[in-house]
Amino acid sequence: MFHSRSVEIWVGVFIAAGMAALFMLAMKVSNLSTATETGGYDVTAKFQNVSGLKVRSAVMASGVTVGRVTHISYDPKTFEAVVTLHIGDDFKSFPTDTSASILTSGLLGEKYVGLEPGGEEEVLKNGDTIHLTQSSLILEQMIGQFLYSKASEGKSTDGGASK
Amino acid sequence: MITWLQQLGRSGLDAFERLGRASLLFLYILGGIPSVLPRLRLLVQQLFAVGVLSIVIILVSGLFVGMVLGLQLYNTLVDFGAESSLGPVVALTLVRELGPVVTALLFAGRAGSALTAEIGLMKATEQLSGMEMMAVDPIKRVLAPRFLAGFLSMPLLAAIFSAVGVIGGYFVGVGLLGVDEGSYWSQMQDKVDLHKDVMNGVIKSLVFGVVAAWIAIFEGYDALPTSEGVSRATTRTVVHTSLAVLGLDFILTALMFGD
Repeated sequence: MFHSRSVEIWVGVFIAAGMAALFMLAMKVSNLSTATETGGYDVTAKFQNVSGLKVRSAVMASGVTVGRVTHISYDPKTFEAVVTLHIGDDFKSFPTDTSASILTSGLLGEKYVGLEPGGEEEVLKNGDTIHLTQSSLILEQMIGQFLYSKASEGKSTDGGASK
Repeated sequence: MITWLQQLGRSGLDAFERLGRASLLFLYILGGIPSVLPRLRLLVQQLFAVGVLSIVIILVSGLFVGMVLGLQLYNTLVDFGAESSLGPVVALTLVRELGPVVTALLFAGRAGSALTAEIGLMKATEQLSGMEMMAVDPIKRVLAPRFLAGFLSMPLLAAIFSAVGVIGGYFVGVGLLGVDEGSYWSQMQDKVDLHKDVMNGVIKSLVFGVVAAWIAIFEGYDALPTSEGVSRATTRTVVHTSLAVLGLDFILTALMFGD
């Protein structure tokens, strides 16, 4: 057998390097360091339209991530989408009249839920509902509306010129 | 016509017979694993031969694969002004696919072929039957430690490969091509999920470790005890392991990321 002491040392180095690589993948590459895991509270919000929003999308206030979307479902009675937001324990002071809107980061970026605090004294607790909501903007609808209004505008100015 | 059918039938039966022998050997090896634990020295020696000696090739290829990924993806992404997502693309490609798969292919060439040749030669020189004469079970003494070493080394090697690849992509992307350093890491952390991406990559490499070690050991144990038989078994190890890994990778990817 060859030198068993150096063999053992090298195996130790190998296992340590493998563990270090896994650790690096966990801490540096993946989202473990930014994840808000245990702790925190859930609030729900109803939106007319949540297109583009996904589970694990960010919940932001003033551009700071305060939580994640944990569940999206559809309410068949009110025909609205019900979004469950999980907000971290550090952010317990949102007033009950906080408004939630679905926003886009950048022109074509990801959707996220933006929270805008109101002025009430009482704060949101676990299981509360956010009543003031604004749905996500749908680019196709906006372009359609824009084209439609442009077209009707063009017609009326044409009509004016011909008179 | 009849002889042709007979040949077809025989080759089919042979294939099933080999599969049956391989499955039985797999069960025997699994049964032999508990007896390895009190003799960790055997396992350490095999970890050295299988794992430590593969580190250099894993490091070099991981670095270069990461650098090539950085270079190629940058050229594509920069057309869309999306070079800031170089980090997540490189990391996801490595962690989900290339890390486990390329490591398994390199493992088959570097360690699997060595395992087959070693066991095949042990059989050809009647060391295995000599052990049986001395009432030492070669499955517990020779095969189980090698299997366990392959199974344990693969996820570690794959993790090293992915980590080094991400660093290689960083060198090329940030150092050479001028991607913003902050967006490389922060977008990566934003998009790569620990459980969904990193852990599924580890599961993949565990599966590949079982398959690669199993095929290598079976081919060696089942080799014809001649020099030609050993050489053929070594070739078969590399070919079969590569095919099995690539096929299994598709199935695992479909199961893990297919929704």
